[in-house]
Amino acid sequence: MGQITGNAAGQGLCSCHVCSLVCRRSELSAVAHCPRCGAFLHFRKPGSIARCWSLLIAAYILYIPANFLTMMETGSLFSYRKDTIISGVVHLWRTGSWGIAVVVFVASITIPLLKLISLTLLLVSVQRRSRRHPRQRTRLYRLVELVGRWSMLDIYVVTLLAALVQMGSLATVKAGPAAIAFGAVVVLTMFASMQFDPRLIWDPLQKERTP
Amino acid sequence: MVLFPAPLIACHDCDLLQREIPLKPGCAATCGRCGAVLYRNATDSIDRTLAYTLSAAVVFMVANVYPIFSIEVQGSFTGINLMGAVRSLWNQEMQAVSTVVLITTVIVPAMEMFTMVYLLLPLKFLRVAPGHTHLLRLMRMARPWGMIEVFMLGVLVSLVKLTGSFKVLPGVALWSFGVLTLLLAAAAASFSSRDVWARLDRVHGRGVGAWVR
Repeated sequence: MGQITGNAAGQGLCSCHVCSLVCRRSELSAVAHCPRCGAFLHFRKPGSIARCWSLLIAAYILYIPANFLTMMETGSLFSYRKDTIISGVVHLWRTGSWGIAVVVFVASITIPLLKLISLTLLLVSVQRRSRRHPRQRTRLYRLVELVGRWSMLDIYVVTLLAALVQMGSLATVKAGPAAIAFGAVVVLTMFASMQFDPRLIWDPLQKERTP
Repeated sequence: MVLFPAPLIACHDCDLLQREIPLKPGCAATCGRCGAVLYRNATDSIDRTLAYTLSAAVVFMVANVYPIFSIEVQGSFTGINLMGAVRSLWNQEMQAVSTVVLITTVIVPAMEMFTMVYLLLPLKFLRVAPGHTHLLRLMRMARPWGMIEVFMLGVLVSLVKLTGSFKVLPGVALWSFGVLTLLLAAAAASFSSRDVWARLDRVHGRGVGAWVR
């Protein structure tokens, strides 16, 4: 092994995504497994862009009902309300729980939007073989991976509050159809960001064409 | 002692090929091009991860059995626990959502803790558990889906929402989930898959240079 600069893939080397072992792959077409852990070896995640796009588009579509349908119905002797995600946040803010309102706003509105927009940007830039700001784009991807899980927050809140129904109290709390759509958006965007291969951001900067 | 060239490592974020360098304890090596963390020198990785995971497993059981909080309904307090909440969501025709909740808060964390103990306990005594490669692969796949820390925040948010209209008493499981969040974070921070593979190579009698071609 002489020179070790540049992409691993440019030199026919492939790193295992499970155990990080770097090994040589000569036959490009054959299915290869990592000699140490047996995981399927690939230079880049197979079908990364197509899979990521399809999951992302599905998430975009479901994002509409997630925001316009009812997330939670709460009723008691004195009041009855149907809340969407946004009206729930507004209600929290008006009733004085500002801290919680900000937390819920970040988790259920900012993060899903950030994920959808960032993944779209990343996919478009990779497809255009952009050479601009690869470091920033990789950072953006890492951020998406890091914060994505936190949008499950609202689903957990609905789950816990829905348990009230079974307690025989006068109050009723019911999860609305938006919970299904929103849960699906979170799961789909998580799958989409797992499918995206950040190494594709760096490929256009390399002289050798990667397979 | 430099008989072999240092092992190669390719950045998982940008695929830059680099050679590993020895690190001081507690330090991390980052990719020279994109800044991703390549590996860390976690001190006593296997021992510490095992200790944190074993205690997390005990706390996890407590967290699932006892009520998270109790609410006063007509003069008496009724408790809500995680499984009860999942069940009532299921009964509200929300099977898909309740399945996701069950997977992310119970099944994946339980599986992760079990796998850790199953793999690391024998490895501590330089033995290899059968099926370790499959389990390590499975664990890597399942890891993003364990969301105890997000659930913990969800518990706090619903606690605040409930205190507006009910008399709420925090339960044992509330504290348990708090402790569990910390323990799992500590276990994740001390775990280093690089150390696990290095130990496995050692047990199998494969040297540093065994894979370098």
